[in-house]
Amino acid sequence: MRTTTIRRWSFVHTWTSLICTLFLLMLAITGLPLIFHHELEHLLGEAPELREMPANTPHLDLQQLVSAAERHRPDEVVQYFGWEADEPNGVVAITAATAGTEPNSSYTFMLDARTGEAVEMPAANGGLMMFFLRMHVDMFAGLPGKLFLAFMGIMFTVAIISGVVLYAPFMRRLEFAQVRHDRSSRTRWLDLHNLIGVVTLSWALVVGITGVVSACADLLIEAWRAESLATMLEPYQDAPPLTTRAPASDLLKIATQAAPGMQPDFIAFPGTRFSSEHHYSVFMNGSSHLTSHLYTPVLIDAQTLEVTAVGGRPWYMDALGLSQPLHFGDYGGRPMQILWAILDVLTIIVLGSGLYLWWVRRRGTQTVAREAVA
Amino acid sequence: MSWRESTFMLPGLIAALSLVGLFAALLGDGWWDVIAWFGLGLPAVLGAWPLLRRQTATPAATGEPRIR
Repeated sequence: MRTTTIRRWSFVHTWTSLICTLFLLMLAITGLPLIFHHELEHLLGEAPELREMPANTPHLDLQQLVSAAERHRPDEVVQYFGWEADEPNGVVAITAATAGTEPNSSYTFMLDARTGEAVEMPAANGGLMMFFLRMHVDMFAGLPGKLFLAFMGIMFTVAIISGVVLYAPFMRRLEFAQVRHDRSSRTRWLDLHNLIGVVTLSWALVVGITGVVSACADLLIEAWRAESLATMLEPYQDAPPLTTRAPASDLLKIATQAAPGMQPDFIAFPGTRFSSEHHYSVFMNGSSHLTSHLYTPVLIDAQTLEVTAVGGRPWYMDALGLSQPLHFGDYGGRPMQILWAILDVLTIIVLGSGLYLWWVRRRGTQTVAREAVA
Repeated sequence: MSWRESTFMLPGLIAALSLVGLFAALLGDGWWDVIAWFGLGLPAVLGAWPLLRRQTATPAATGEPRIR
């Protein structure tokens, strides 16, 4: 590689890294507890605990659960009902002042599907874990915060790629994994930075890129609303506003008939951003391992309970769906969570050592410059 | 040229195995998860090893860079 080429790549690596390092450090540190959020919520006593009841106690009808949610939050409306794999007797309810209220102002709790009893989910509404989550997602700055972090993610990706290019000239006379422990601290950390950086390459790229995709979720959902949803809703363009709503009781049965072999994941009630003013939307997951991360919406007319359409799956919504597990590391059991945590800590070390190497070199050049002037 | 001297052979292999690991667990449970643990365990161990080992320099690790 020619010296000027190396210098150019070095410039790219230095500056893309410098721009993103501080925020990437924040993301890596807040991301660490989030890997174990489920376990930590149980430990902090912030996870919902349903009472012990005989197995196979029948579930209430969905409309009864809607009424139970409305009784629990009298001045609010139900936005979403969701299901969690590890609590088959619970329904996660999200309510807000209006159906269109933005997600961060909504209230989340769990309903015992057998009794209609409301169980608080403190971690979903505030507290330490929510603080980590908000810092990680948007730094409490809404859409601009998300897009800013997406930009940092792109800088991170460019820094990784330029780092790989620079790996070649740096390693020209070294063996793989050779760390010169006996040399200066700077040399030792340069070797460690190169080694750890190159072995964690795939993981860091995948987590970085899926993070960027997730940070753009709002834009992707808007695109889905404008494209898919708008086409499905054409017959409703001139429909009068919804006044009476058919009971929600049979929604899951209707949706499962319309999309056979799929499992309901959540219901978006009329007026929310995942539905229309005239529909209940039931979002179904596929039954295979891979398709269980992908969503197919079934739009059900909220007055007649007839299926208006079974939505397609635009590629960008599939990309968003698959980005979630690949970013969170929650799809391969406890060992994967632990590996995710180790790789996250290694990334913190790569970021920190990169900053250190830049600082030492910069101080070095300044000393040289000062001596030259003197 | 020995396998450790080639600049991108081992890193390329590790990157490929990590990718296999990352996507394997998306496809199934059981053995798919095991493949994922192996694929991601490789970078985790290789990255953590030199940090934990610190100053115990073996003859192979000391030495000036060899001139070829």
